[in-house]
Amino acid sequence: MNTEELKEKQTEELARQRALKDRILCCTAAGCISCGAEGVRQALLAQAKAQGREGTVEICGTGCMGMCGRGPLVLRSSDQQLYGGVTVEDGRVLVSENVIDRQSLLPRGIDLQGPFFSRQRKIVLANSGRVDPEKLADYIAAGGYQSLAKALEEMTPRDVVEEIKKSGLRGRGGAGYPSGLKWELVAKQTTPTKYIVCNADEGDPGAFMDRSVLEGDPHRVLEGMAIAGYAVGAQQGYIYVRGEYGLAIQRLQTAIKQAEREHLLGARILEQGFQFRIDLRIGAGAFVCGEETALIASIEGKRGQPRQRPPYPPASGLWGAPTLINNVETFANIPPIIERGGDWFAGIGTAGSKGTKVFALAGKIANTGLIEVPMGTTLREILFDIGGGIPNRRFKAAQTGGPSGGCIPEQFLDLPVDYESLAQIGSIMGSGGLIVMDETSCMVDVARFFMEFCMDESCGKCIPCRAGTVQMQDILQRITTGDASEDDLEMLKTLSELLRETSLCGLGQTAPNPVVSTLKYFPQEYEAHIREKRCPAGHCHITSKTQEVLA
Amino acid sequence: MAASATPVGAKDNREKLLERAMSRYQYSGDALIEVLHTAQELFGFLSRPLLKTIAQKLKLPHSRVLGVATFYHFFSLKPKGEHTFVVCIGTACYVAGALGLIEGLERRCAKAGQTTPDGKVSVETARCIGSCGLAPAVIYDGNVLARVTPVLLDTELNKIAVP
Repeated sequence: MNTEELKEKQTEELARQRALKDRILCCTAAGCISCGAEGVRQALLAQAKAQGREGTVEICGTGCMGMCGRGPLVLRSSDQQLYGGVTVEDGRVLVSENVIDRQSLLPRGIDLQGPFFSRQRKIVLANSGRVDPEKLADYIAAGGYQSLAKALEEMTPRDVVEEIKKSGLRGRGGAGYPSGLKWELVAKQTTPTKYIVCNADEGDPGAFMDRSVLEGDPHRVLEGMAIAGYAVGAQQGYIYVRGEYGLAIQRLQTAIKQAEREHLLGARILEQGFQFRIDLRIGAGAFVCGEETALIASIEGKRGQPRQRPPYPPASGLWGAPTLINNVETFANIPPIIERGGDWFAGIGTAGSKGTKVFALAGKIANTGLIEVPMGTTLREILFDIGGGIPNRRFKAAQTGGPSGGCIPEQFLDLPVDYESLAQIGSIMGSGGLIVMDETSCMVDVARFFMEFCMDESCGKCIPCRAGTVQMQDILQRITTGDASEDDLEMLKTLSELLRETSLCGLGQTAPNPVVSTLKYFPQEYEAHIREKRCPAGHCHITSKTQEVLA
Repeated sequence: MAASATPVGAKDNREKLLERAMSRYQYSGDALIEVLHTAQELFGFLSRPLLKTIAQKLKLPHSRVLGVATFYHFFSLKPKGEHTFVVCIGTACYVAGALGLIEGLERRCAKAGQTTPDGKVSVETARCIGSCGLAPAVIYDGNVLARVTPVLLDTELNKIAVP
């Protein structure tokens, strides 16, 4: 299709949707599916048929609606009422025209005006929970692929790069490198073959943002990548997606096929001269493949081991060609930036961090789920207003950035969350996993958990990481069982320094972060384990023989 | 599909399907990981003879194929049990008590990473399956179970008559 047909299609689909009496949206993201959303959707479909409303009521499967802890979620468009914990038996009253029928559902209603929803600002997740990820027409109705059309018809590749630079967008994968600069580096290369890679190897334990974006709005990521291809002069893109994300893979495959059929991907996109293909590469369960050079090795069919940088991928990446690697969320930000302009985007957020950030809330928090807030929102707002606070207990720490991040203690709750402020207090933004801990979580054990993770996931190429993580895990293990001495604590600090300074890639360099940050903010917990042979959180089983001697 | 230990020599259409996958990638060595994914999907696990065949077809050293197959957690060189429990030990699940679930499975079935001697149940762990909102989560034969308790696991084990 061409741009005109795209717009026609949008008008047509919007008119069709308006003519309906109701659209019942049923969240079919991974979270809700595992609590039975597919059954609910089938029940709704069957009820629409049974009540003779199949022509006027549409049942739609959608992406993540956010409140994953309350699934399965169903939203009735006609009265904008969201229900949680929906069962197959609720199908009849949900489809029914009669309001009184739904009275039994009221206790399970979720207030869309409540702080969980009203305090968020959705850019990346704007379509999640609103469009059917398996229907291209739905995405087009929401204005999809019009940014690509705008870029191709009204802008030169250079204009696109400038717009991204102006927006101040920074990489959402964790490190926060300015995206515009990266695009410019690739665009400047004169080689004919270049590649776009979307890093969807979301391996941080506790993070499920990219998964939700891919499952809920796959076309947006494809559109973002195509715009990037146009801007830097690439004709081939790869999405490197975790093998564990079956549903995301399936929906991406569907989306790519649909887009190719309609000439939104492939040759002669929108009947213009630009061509861009996207292929999937399925990861095979290696955390280190989130590191860009390891990811490149993996796409090339090798072991995912990082290599020395420079040269950086924008100069020499996939098969030696200039390669632009961005994270899923970064690409998902591109279409709205092109649509509404870089200045609009730069108006959101803080001085150094623009736009919004998607966070995955998990752990000891009332509203587990997926949220999106402007950069600079305080942790207190995120955890207590949006997250609903910690049920029955006291907040102790929030962990960001997964195994490369740190723990944020109570005194920093009022800190505005952006790249700089988190780095200042020894954590990182990371990809957006936010795990909340209360007083029953032992910080030494949390540090041990992450170190064990890094030890398992170390690729084994450089010695500081391969041997260092084993030694650090061993010491932490002994601390949690009460078998460590003060010397061990000193050794832990020395090793932290060593790993940070001498490891080859980010995995080893940042592996000590959880240890360093818990040592800084919770030294008393380490001391209690070592000196008094007790765990203040009551979590660790102190089995040391020294304890018996003390007793 | 039930994982069986059929050697490469057995004549069935799985071999043909694998061949088709390799030819789709023009027998390129770069497609090794895709080919291994397909092979594991078809055969349930990657046997040594299977790896050797793949190495020959893609014109790669056997060491490279074995190296890649053992580097990635996703690939299994041993046959899996009839049923598989994958316990997520990502941060959210860990904080929510995943270790207790592993203990329960290890007591009744096999150690994490192993299969019961009768080939009935495999116990595995995963580093975050991205279902943190449902912690602790367990993948039982491909389906995610949410907010799992040791009691619930016991019930599931009873259903498949694990002693």
